Parts: sequence; structure tokens; C-alpha cells
Amino acid sequence: MLVLFGQIAHSLNAMADFADFTLEDAAGDALNVHFSGVLVIETIGDLPQQLGKIEQSIGAIDLAAVDKIDTAGAWLVYRLGRDSGAEIRNMSTDADRLIRAVGDADQGGEVRPEPLPPFLRIMGQAGEAVFNAFNSLIGMIAFLGEIIIALGGQILHPGRIRWGATFRHFEQVGVTALGIVGLMSFLIGIVIAQQGAVQLRQFGAEVFTINLVGRITLRELGVLMTAIMVAGRSGSAFAAQIGTMKMTEEVDAMRTIGVSPIEALVLPRVAASVLMMPLLGFYASVMAIIGGGLLCWITLEIPPVTFVQRIQEVVPMHDLYVGLVKAPVFGLIVAMAGCFQGMQVRGNAEEVGMRTTAAVVQAIFMVIVLDAFFAVFFTEVGWG
Amino acid sequence: MEQREGDEAGGEFAIRVRGLRNSFGDQVVHENLSLDVRRGEILGVVGGSGTGKSVLMRSIIGLQHPDEGEIEVMGHAMLDDSTDQLAIRSRWGVLFQGGALFSTLTVAENVMVPIREFYPAMERQFRRELALYKIVLSGLPAEAASKYPSELSGGMKKRAGLARALALDPDVLFLDEPTAGLDPIGAAAFDSLTKKLQQTLGYTVFLITHDLDTLHEICDRVAVLADRKVIAVGTIPELLALDHPWIQEYFNGPRGRAALQSRDRKA
Repeated sequence: MLVLFGQIAHSLNAMADFADFTLEDAAGDALNVHFSGVLVIETIGDLPQQLGKIEQSIGAIDLAAVDKIDTAGAWLVYRLGRDSGAEIRNMSTDADRLIRAVGDADQGGEVRPEPLPPFLRIMGQAGEAVFNAFNSLIGMIAFLGEIIIALGGQILHPGRIRWGATFRHFEQVGVTALGIVGLMSFLIGIVIAQQGAVQLRQFGAEVFTINLVGRITLRELGVLMTAIMVAGRSGSAFAAQIGTMKMTEEVDAMRTIGVSPIEALVLPRVAASVLMMPLLGFYASVMAIIGGGLLCWITLEIPPVTFVQRIQEVVPMHDLYVGLVKAPVFGLIVAMAGCFQGMQVRGNAEEVGMRTTAAVVQAIFMVIVLDAFFAVFFTEVGWG
Repeated sequence: MEQREGDEAGGEFAIRVRGLRNSFGDQVVHENLSLDVRRGEILGVVGGSGTGKSVLMRSIIGLQHPDEGEIEVMGHAMLDDSTDQLAIRSRWGVLFQGGALFSTLTVAENVMVPIREFYPAMERQFRRELALYKIVLSGLPAEAASKYPSELSGGMKKRAGLARALALDPDVLFLDEPTAGLDPIGAAAFDSLTKKLQQTLGYTVFLITHDLDTLHEICDRVAVLADRKVIAVGTIPELLALDHPWIQEYFNGPRGRAALQSRDRKA
């Protein structure tokens, strides 16, 4: 008696190929499995599940009616034979060769590495993070030392200063940032003035909006927002440029020729960032004040002349100094984070991306932390 | 596989290229290029740097749209809009130069990607088993299956890439400089693996290479690209009989002679 089940699967290119099997009673309780048709990966479909449903023992596997077979089909047959211990009969030479090949390749293996237990994994990750943070702190300090030594060398031998590269970076960091920094600051000035006016109106003290805009932009926001923008624009570019050069062994080539990468690559970028930041920060503050003044003129009807006069009266000179003292420090941090992370790149392109992100995150984080310290410091020294 | 021959569309040729023209801006890479690849052969493609070997491969597998010409793979016209591109894509495997493994997936998961893409209904366990035996078949140890590409050496990456290319039991296998960057022992092992698998699985191989040893050891025929077209196709002795300066210099230069001698010694 023939029990027929199995299925018909049309191949993707709509050929009339299908794979099938029939079961035949054999000696004792056993069944013989007869495969037929085209036994390839396209046609296998749910044959593995169906074969898995056979509960009786299997006497023999017959391939006489198989027209065509590939390694997926061979694996299906081999696995059935392996699990049931049945003999495989009537193989074509192709089937024999393929079944033997996949049999030789049957060595198990895991698809994914064994995951660690969650507790161990979290502990491991936390430990690694602490270790990395510590290493990168030590590395940054050492890097700062290298920069200072190289700077000393350049002061002693001014002929070694790379003016061309330095001026190009001045342009990259400073001049080309003018548009975006200006627009950003202008809008921030408007927002501060508008929000300040809404709150101060409750006390009938709208005129203090001028104090608010003038002091906060010169002391804090002008420089801080500029530092964040420079970190995003130039710090990331430094990391990616130096990282790529590191990856393509350009940095190593420089060293072997006797050119110090710190002198050639890092110092021009650091110099550009340190010198451009105060200029950009001051420019940003001015743009923010213009934005605030515009809003005051339109909504509070304070004419620009009055606005400027009030600014002169209410903003102490040391607010400007506070901003200008912080700016080069922030510039140094942004450039150092970018160059340091770039120099840490080892190996592949993925790492350039990772290090670039790390440079920006590190720079912005350190800028904000230091800004908090500066705020306390300047209040203590009486520039409150 | 002898059974496969002739029972599918396309006749005796796995790949047919006619009148191919490729250009980038003013620079014409191919002009009226024609090439036939027979079923079940290993065809080596050689040519100087910049003669468009990779561009030819990319045109055949549809990554580069040519300006003009006809391309047929297993009897399907590749540039014809009515052709079911997806069905052909399941019939070939491609090994890119660096392996081009997906870096966030393990080797086994890399091999499972094409299987899952084309046969999503296939039982999970069966799919895993297919991936695992293909990895061993490609000459990797079974433990490599659960590793990530970043943990593999260059040679192992190529084998993992080969396992992924073989995932769907392709009719045509494209290999782009498979032995570039491997040490001589690794390169020889990869050559013999390519030959052994080709004999076992019976597919057609389109092999771009600069490796003279590979050409001598495993290629049935060699196609030479120069002057924007395929200037000659044949066995190496047939090519040597031609009086073309580039071919003569290529096979009769110091490296070419060394490769020939090493093959003669083995024979």
C-alpha cells in the first residue's frame, strides 16, 4: 500500500519542478522512503517538517526517482539517513558524490557564540567601561604633554612651524564656520529675549530683558554654543581626518621619514582651534545680542539706540573677559579630543566612525563640565 | 553536475555577453565586448590594472548598468526589464574581494542571510544545518560558525564569503581576486578548494585574478581583457600560440615562467 503525502512546491522561476516523497511499508514495522522529482533548495519547502512527523522506523531511503539534486537535497537525505540509520539506495553518481560531501562536512557548530549570563555580562561591560575611561584619561594627559613638548620645540625652532597647514585650518575652523555660528547665535538671542520678556513681563520688568540677553550671551552661551558647534564641525573632522590617515598608515609613514605627526597634524589643528574659538565666541555673542535687540525692538518697542546704551550700562566689562578666557580653553579641549581620538584609530573603517563619535561626545561633555567649574571660579574671584 | 547541463534554458553557455559598452564620463572602459562562459567550466579573467575586469563582473551581476549590450546569465536576459531579476539572483553566488561579510552577524548568520531572504518558509533548524555544513564545506572549522568577521583572518574571511556565496547552491559563482592578499600556502589551499568544490558541486566559475598560479592550476580557459574588449579566450597553451605582445609578456614574463615551471614540476 502506498501512503502518499508530501507536497508540491513551485520553484521561483516557475518551472514545473517539485520535490516529493512517498512512504512504502517494508519489513516489520518499518517504512521505506522514496524520494522523487527535483530535490533542490528551491523545491524543498516544508519537506524537513513532514519527514520529521514520521514516527515509524525507516528501513531504506530510495532515490531512484530523483531527477536532480543539490547539496540542500543531499543534506535532507543524508540527515534522514543519519538520524534513522537507514540505508540509502539507488543513488545517482551525483547524489552519491554530494551526499558524501555534505556528510564529510557534518561537524556541528553553533550559529551564535554562547551568551554570558546577564549578571556577568553587565559586570564585564561595566568593568570594561571603567577601564577604558581611565585609560583614555591617562592617554589624554599624555597627549597634552606631547603637544606641549612639540609646542616648545616649535618655539625654539620657529622654522619648523607649518604655516600653510595652520592657516588652512584657521580658515576651516574659523572663517567657514561664520555662517552657521552666526545664524545659530542670532536665533538663540531671539529665543532668550522672547522667553525672558514673557517671564519678566509678569513683574513689569521687561526692560531687564536687555540685561539678560547681554550678560548671558557674553558670559555663557556665546562661547558655549560655539564650542559645541566647533566640536561638531571641526572636532569630528579632525578625528576622521587623522583616523583615516592612521588607518592608511600615512601617520606611520610620517614617523619613519622623521616628520612628527604631532607637529605636522596635531599642532596646526590645535592652534587653529585655540585661536579661532575666542574670535568665533565673541562674534557669536555679538550676533546673539543683535538677535535679542531685534526682538526687543519689535515686541518690546525698545529702539536699537536705547538697547545699545542699556547694554553698555548693565553689562560689566568682566563678562566679556569671562567669555574670552573660557574660549581658548574650550578650543583646546575640542581640538585635543578630536586629534587624540583620531590617533587612537587602529585597523578598520568602523573604528574611524566610532572614534569620531567619541571625539564629539567627549569634547562636548568636557566643555560643559569645565564651564560649570568656570562659573563657580569666576563668581569666587568677584567677576559674578 | 552533468544532470543539470542542458536541462535548463541557456544551452551550453552559462554567461553570454554581446556588444557590451561601459563608460565613466569620457573614459570608455568597454567597447563592443563579447564573452561566452561555458557551463561547468572555470573561466579565468585576466587583464592589466584598469582594463575593467571588475566592471565586467559588476555589469554581469547587475551592479553596473552598461551603456549598451546584451548580457545573458543561465539563459535569462539580464538587461531585459521583463526578466525576473530576483530568480536569477538566487542562481548565482558572488565572492567580493574582501569577503564583504556583514560585520554585525556571525559567519553562520551571514550564510543564512540569502537562504532566509529567498526561502523564508524553510524550517529554522534545517536552515541552520544548511549554513553549518556549507561553512565546513568551504574549509572553515565548525567552531568558526559562531565567530564574528572581525575575529577572522583574511583567508578565513574569504572562506566565509565563499560559504555565503554557496548558500543557495548557485549555478554560477563569481570570484573577484580570491587569492589576493593571501600567503602562498593559503592561496594554494584556496585554489584547490575552488577546484574541489567546483568538481563536487558542478557550478560554473567566473574568476577574476592576477594570480598566475591560480590560472595554471585551476582554470579551464582564460579570457584576456585588453583594448576595451576580450581579445582572446582559450587554454593557456592556446593563448601562448597567439602573437599578442601583452599576452606574451603576461605569460612569458619572469613570473609567468615561474608559475609554469612550478606546475610542470608538480605534473
